[in-house]
Order: sequence, then C-alpha cells, then structure tokens
Amino acid sequence: MAEGPDALVRIGSGAGFAGDRRDAAVPVVEMLRALDGPRYLIFETLAERTLALCQLARRQDPERGYSPALEGFLAPVLERCLASGIRIVGNFGAANPVAGARRIAAMARALGRAPRIAVVDGADLAGRLDPEGFAAREVGGRLLAGHPMPVSADAYLGARPIADALDAGADIVVTGRVADPALALGPLMHAFGWRDDDWDLLAAGTLAGHLLECGSQVSGGYFADPGIKDVPGLDEVGFPVAEIAADGSFVIGKPPGTGGRIDRFTVTEQILYEIHDPAAYLTPDVVLDVTGVRVAEVGVDRVRVSGARGRPRPETLKATVCVEAGHLAEAEISYAGPGAAGRARLAADVVLARLARRAPGLAVRVDAIGIASLFNDTAGAALAAAFPESRAEDVRLRFSAQSTDTAALGLLLDEVEALYCAGPAGGAGVRRHLTPRLASASCLVERDLVTPAMSLLGPEAAP
Amino acid sequence: MTPHTATDVAAPPDRTEARVPLRLVAHARAGDKGNRLNLALVCRTPEAFPLIAAQVTAERVAALFAARRPGLVVRYDLPNLCAFNFVLDDVLDGGVNASLGLDGHGKSLSFLLLALEVRVPADLVRALAPPAAATAAPATPRP
Repeated sequence: MAEGPDALVRIGSGAGFAGDRRDAAVPVVEMLRALDGPRYLIFETLAERTLALCQLARRQDPERGYSPALEGFLAPVLERCLASGIRIVGNFGAANPVAGARRIAAMARALGRAPRIAVVDGADLAGRLDPEGFAAREVGGRLLAGHPMPVSADAYLGARPIADALDAGADIVVTGRVADPALALGPLMHAFGWRDDDWDLLAAGTLAGHLLECGSQVSGGYFADPGIKDVPGLDEVGFPVAEIAADGSFVIGKPPGTGGRIDRFTVTEQILYEIHDPAAYLTPDVVLDVTGVRVAEVGVDRVRVSGARGRPRPETLKATVCVEAGHLAEAEISYAGPGAAGRARLAADVVLARLARRAPGLAVRVDAIGIASLFNDTAGAALAAAFPESRAEDVRLRFSAQSTDTAALGLLLDEVEALYCAGPAGGAGVRRHLTPRLASASCLVERDLVTPAMSLLGPEAAP
Repeated sequence: MTPHTATDVAAPPDRTEARVPLRLVAHARAGDKGNRLNLALVCRTPEAFPLIAAQVTAERVAALFAARRPGLVVRYDLPNLCAFNFVLDDVLDGGVNASLGLDGHGKSLSFLLLALEVRVPADLVRALAPPAAATAAPATPRP
C-alpha cells in the first residue's frame, strides 16, 4: 500500500489500442524507472470486435485466443519492468487470459525471470445465456433476435479482481474484457486501499483510467490540426503518465524528450471522448460525473485534473456480443484528369445497372473519394448532390456491400474489375477485398450472471 | 505636429461580425459507441462559449447530420471545461462492425461539425485566426 498522505502512485500507458505503436512504452518505462513509489504500466488492446476474432482463434488452437499484439507490446519493455518493479496490467488476455499468461511466463523465462502472473477471468458469458437470453437483453434490441449462438459474449468486468491480483503480489495481471478505465483503477484501489463504495475516489480513479486508456490521445495524438492546433514531434509522441494522489486528484504528464503536447485542450478533448451524459458515465465500478471536473495547467506538458464525482455503480453490467454477419465486399477503381468526375459517375451507373440485373437483392453503397466519401451516406444522397457539380480530377470510386450471399458479393467485385476494359476511359488501380464480418451488439446483463475470478499462474505453467 | 502614438493608430473596438467556420473558435473530437456518435466541442477561448451556446444548438447539429437520420441529438453544456458534448443517436450506419462506409467509427465527423458557419465578432476572429485563414476573414481587408 502507498505510504503516507503525500505518496503518489504513477501509472503509465503503454498502448491505447491493438494497433498502437509497439515502441511507445519504452520512454514511459524509462521515466517510471527513474521514479520511486508504486509504478504501473497498463496496456489497452481490445476493440469491440477483437474478442470475437480471438474466440475464433481459440477454437482453432486452445493455446491461442489471447491478443496477437501481446508479444509485440511486451517484448520491448518486459525485462526492464521486471527489473525495476514496474507492475504490468493489460487486457491482452482477450478470449484466453490463462494462455496469454502462459505466453508471458515463457517470455519471462527466456529472460531468466519468473514473475508472479495473475489471470483475471470470468468475463466470458458463453453458457450463461441462450440465444434468446442474449436477444432479450440487447440494448436497442435489433441485431440478436433470431440469431444462433453468438461467436463471443463478454461482460465488462470491473477493477476489483485486478486489485485482488495485485494484493496477491502479482507482478503482471492478464485480463480479458474489463472496462478500460479499470486497468488503472485496479492498481489505485490496491495501492491506496480504496473501498468498493468510495464513490468519489473510484470516480477519480476511473477518470484517470479514462484519460490513460487511449494512450497518446491525451498527449497530442488524434489532435493535430496544422495552423489551428499544432503538435510538436508527433512522430515520437510521448504516451501519458499519471501521478495520482491519495485524494484521487492527479497530474497527467509524459516522458521527457518525447513529442506531443499536454494542455487543457488535449485533456478536455479526451475527458469527453466516448462520453455520452457527462454527469453519468457508466462503468462496472462507479457512475462517473465529470461536470465538476477542473483542469489546470501546472507546468510544461503537465495538467492537473480534479473534481470527479461518483455515484453508486449500476445494477447491470454491459456486455458486447458478436455474431457472424456474412462478408463485406469492397472494390475500388480510380479516374484522374479532365472529366474524371463524369467518368467515375458513369462507372458507378454501369456497375449498379449490371448488378440490378445480375444480383437484384444486393444493396450496394457507392462512395467517390475526392468528391464525397467520409461525409457521404449509405443512401448516397450526398454523393448524388455533389456528382453533377464536381470538377474533381482525381477520384477513387468505392463500392461496398455486405451479405451472407457470397456469390452475389463476388459478382460485385467482378463487375468493378470488368470496368478496366468494358467501363469508361482511363479506369485504373482496381483493388478488391472480401472479408468476413462480425456484427456486434450491446447487452445489459445481471451481475449474478457474471463471476469474476482471479488466480495466480502456477510455476509449472510455462509451456 | 503631434507624432502618432500606438494608441492613436489602434483601431476602436470592432463590433462587426464575421461569418467563419466553427473550426476557428473551437475544436472537436469524435467518439463512437455502437451506432451512437459523440462530438466533444471545446472552445479555443472562453469568449467562444456563449457564442456557441447560442448558435450551435442541438437542432442545428441535427440538421447538419440530417442525411444520416439521427434518432436523437442532445447537447450537454460543460461550462467548467469550456466545452460542449453532442450525442447523436443512430448516425453511424450501424456502427463500426456494420457500416458499409469507410468511416464506421465516425472519426472524421468532428470536422463536419467544425465546418458549420458561426457569426463571431471581428475582433475575436483576428485574435484567433492563423496566418493563412486571417486573409479569408471578411473583417480583414485583402491587400
């Protein structure tokens, strides 16, 4: 437990998503090594769909199913963390935390070390509900009705089992699905001895976790807009380190010598990231209210955050449920130079006319990159309005459709490719992709359907 | 002859208004959960807060996103943070795992919001405009 009223707990972020930079944690660990007191490094690596992909991998091989990013994130920093007493918490266990823990044990053994590794399990709802049970609990309730068994169904666990793992002496905690802020709240509950009903403290720790869990999004990532919001050194943006006090207030900073920026603007954007009602951000641990939060710049790239308030946790837990949803077909072709927009428009008309005859049930979306794509809509109203006026001279036409009818999707891809010879003049650069699709829905499940479990990996576990 | 001083040449307070993109007075960040989008809108300066509160209403944002047929648009005001949070239901084409579009997360949509035109005192435009944008502001005569 952190000693004394002035003790600070430091938590650094090593990753904000599975595709994050593999070397981002290195400067964070260097900063933490130079400091005293309790220090943690957290990794958030699970998108909504990741668990379903990992569940499918586990079915192929019972020793897989943890995040494929696990090794890439840990390899650059594992030895230095273990040598310096920096404890690691990550949700890279995904659909198979115990296998992920065994993989880390093997990595550590290759370094001549034998850390205590804890596994937080119990998020998986397989076998807890039947398909109708999931459908009945779906929020907004449209996707799951009539669907067979989900590919994956995982509740978001809270911070308590992570704190328990650290209480038990774990050097590394491997979880599956947990609420992202719990990756930081768990260490704080452990270090400060916060109770499960210290609502304002749990809210403060949740806010710290919320600001850390997306990595550099609080320290200059997802922020730069040249001329309006400049960010120095974005190519070496520093990932955040929070210094949390026993009263829950904290300062967000970053390693010296790194790029990026931390000020009231970067922090405020991230406070509201993926928040709906700012007075009621629901987590498994607490309902967080950020309306009274204060943000103060206390130094270069250092922002103090205080004033989070908490209310008792919700009765239910959120779960993400994934079901198979056929395939996504995407095909693209480009037109450039004078009249490019007109030729692209003709190409779209040709493909849609042929598909109307050959695959009449298939709903196809058309975008024209360079005219209307990101701001286009699936009905195509924005593109239809922009096409006649457009004088764009470098246009990439994109067709997409989703279906369980792979033959119809194949026709779409073939028709776009056929534009090379049989379409308008100058069509170039066809690319075509067919990828399996998993659809996801959110459910609210009763807490007694979920049994969080923490266990320490035995010394014999490394394969 | 009395020499001109700095006070003499300074313009009197300019009460005229300029029409500028919201991007000049605020910045934004998009976040998604399922088919719901949130857009955090953060004032670049405290003077922008009342302007935005008056002009960037939930109704106006709903109209901006009309092609996506939002179910509900709510604006939350956060004076402590000098920011607003817009929550738009059902605008992400089913969300990242269902959308046929390139941007199922809606990450680019913060800049759709920032393209919205707002009326801003010319003084504030001059204070906030970057060098390139300054010449585009109607309140500043072009050379």
